[in-house]
Amino acid sequence: MPLLKVTIDNIEVEVEAGTTIMNAARKIGGHVVPPAMCYYSKLEGSGGKCRTCLVKVSQGSAKDPRPMPKLVASCRTMVQDGMVVQNTTSPEAMESRRAITEFLLVNHPLDCPVCDQAGECHLQDLSYVHGIQETRTVEERRTFKPIDIGDKIKLNMNRCILCYRCVMVGDQITDKRVHGVLGRGDHSEISTHILNAVDNDFSGNMIDVCPVGALTDNTFRFKSRVWFTKPFDAHRECSKCSGKVALWMKGEEILRVTGRKDKYGEVEEFICNDCRFDRKELKDWVVEGPRTIERHSVISQNHYETSPGKSVRVSK
Amino acid sequence: MATQILLKNIDVPGLAEIQVYRKLGGYTAVEKALKTLSPDEVTDEVKKSGLKGRGGAGFPTGMKWSFIDKQSQKAKYLVCNYDESEPGTFKDRHIGQLNPHQLIEGMILGSYALGANTAYIYIRGELFYVLRIIEKAIAEAYKNGFLGENILGSGYSLDLYCHPGAGAYICGEETALLESLEGKRGNPRIKPPFPAIVGLYGSPTVVNNVETIATLPWIVNNGGEAYSAIGIGNSKGTKLISACGHINKPGIYEIELGLPVEEFIYSDEYCGGIRNGNKLKAVVAGGSSVPILPANLILKTAAGEPRLMSYESLSEGGFQTGTMLGSGGFIVMDHTACIVKNLLTFARFYRHESCGQCSPCREGTSWMEKILMRIEGGQGTMKDIDLLVDIAKHVEGNTICPLGDAAAWPVASAIRHFREEFEEHVKLQKCPF
Repeated sequence: MPLLKVTIDNIEVEVEAGTTIMNAARKIGGHVVPPAMCYYSKLEGSGGKCRTCLVKVSQGSAKDPRPMPKLVASCRTMVQDGMVVQNTTSPEAMESRRAITEFLLVNHPLDCPVCDQAGECHLQDLSYVHGIQETRTVEERRTFKPIDIGDKIKLNMNRCILCYRCVMVGDQITDKRVHGVLGRGDHSEISTHILNAVDNDFSGNMIDVCPVGALTDNTFRFKSRVWFTKPFDAHRECSKCSGKVALWMKGEEILRVTGRKDKYGEVEEFICNDCRFDRKELKDWVVEGPRTIERHSVISQNHYETSPGKSVRVSK
Repeated sequence: MATQILLKNIDVPGLAEIQVYRKLGGYTAVEKALKTLSPDEVTDEVKKSGLKGRGGAGFPTGMKWSFIDKQSQKAKYLVCNYDESEPGTFKDRHIGQLNPHQLIEGMILGSYALGANTAYIYIRGELFYVLRIIEKAIAEAYKNGFLGENILGSGYSLDLYCHPGAGAYICGEETALLESLEGKRGNPRIKPPFPAIVGLYGSPTVVNNVETIATLPWIVNNGGEAYSAIGIGNSKGTKLISACGHINKPGIYEIELGLPVEEFIYSDEYCGGIRNGNKLKAVVAGGSSVPILPANLILKTAAGEPRLMSYESLSEGGFQTGTMLGSGGFIVMDHTACIVKNLLTFARFYRHESCGQCSPCREGTSWMEKILMRIEGGQGTMKDIDLLVDIAKHVEGNTICPLGDAAAWPVASAIRHFREEFEEHVKLQKCPF
């Protein structure tokens, strides 16, 4: 199969047929990668919903060089040979991204100071880059009470951006989905029909895929800000999953266990609830060593030794 | 009297019964097609007729059919979009309620042309009484051998089902309709792939509007060329217009495309003029989602030509000075109507009906409604008007399905043409009407 040539922000890359613009951009890496709030490469059918990854296709393909009439969702649009894509170089795409960021924040409580996700929140990152300084809404925000959708999972619907990732986890990772989107429009919400109904060995992955602080870990809630904890790669023998996790430690104490997330916030492998919630003793784990963290991440701030390189190893 | 295709016999008592319908020449098109025409010949007639989809987008029907991969080993489906719920549009309800057999006959012809052996009529849940009428008509058609196995001995079989929706406007969007028909939440799918390639149950599917399908028997009987002789320019044939608002004779009218708008509003044959002799203020020409036009621009184009009821003439001047024929929901407002209040009603509708899947539509529609509520309630500021324009601009074109556009266009056009009225609301700190 011949490779397809695509140009994204004047950088050329060759990819296989059937690759999306998003994945072609990820192959290049760096600033040309559009932000993804709902797309998750490990979940089939995800993407296309949040519209933050809209890009301009200024040349459809070598055969048909017409530009596409509208901005397209890069996570769901397949590349064609000779396609020319503009992401950060298109004022139109950047303007729409600013607007989408604002839309996502219209009903968002902006409660980062008390939100467990702060520091690893994709909406925070997005607002930091594309948000505007002032709030243009004076209206009351849509509010919900936080509820437990499983015994270890807290749902704070106010923060939810309806990316549907957790719904897809329910469909694709667990054997039966008991939560979903109720209602429609701005009054739609993620919920269960019966309180506390999410009871499955892999339900905890919903927390990992959540781009915002809507789904948080009850065993870690309010224990610490993430940037005060240090991530370590660790593994254990597990009958249900690979047992390869990231431990978030404070001193000798394991505060939280998550999947190992890459630079796009996607876990390398989904882990089981046993590893995630019930193994908080050091003796349960074989610690491999400190986890590599992006230098720009808030998690690498303060008490981490930084070196001039792109990323740093966390000191023990 | 203009040519009548859909409403010709509509006043005949008992038209919903198969005997009456057959006495008036019903099901002759099915006999003609199944006995003398090949499926491709039926498609060719439809192509020749120049019939455009009557649901709103106006996509040529024959071309839509030709996107279906005839060689595909998968089952093919024809789905009738009966989820008519646009504010101002109430034409399809009439067909199913009074003349269901014409719709069924059209479904048989369309399915035959596409090679579909199963077809669905997806009907709006609120039209439950129409569903009953159609189901009775379907049973009659089965009994008389027009549906089921080996129709009229031609070897062609078709099963037709009527399926009710559950009260969602968004299920009128064709991919949301298919999701709903499959028993899932009615969220529009991300396109491509289009339904012609991956539609119902992953099979090639055509989704057509009720009016489009009900026109097919006439086209098969009289030929595509006879149909294309009616109308003007690329707007062929007749169109049902559901006229409402401040007119003397609201109702459903079948017009030949190309009728001057002025004649449609003022002649006694149609709307019969504005009530109490009032002054015409504005018209929403094609259902709530198309841009509103003030009186001077709806009667004459910006170039000074008389505006006609046709796809081309109504959209002349783009969105700056034109609008769209849309689904034919013709809402007339006289000088007593408050544009802001009318817009608020539309905005409330779109906020309520947005599926909530993609962020610009979910958040944008509710934000616009809240701002309009403030302006109408006398608490708006001048900044709010610009903010509305800005929101509408960013909702439009950035969403998965056309609902975002449909919510943004009325807002953008109302402010474009009636900005002083918004400003008056702000200055007076109340609604002046």
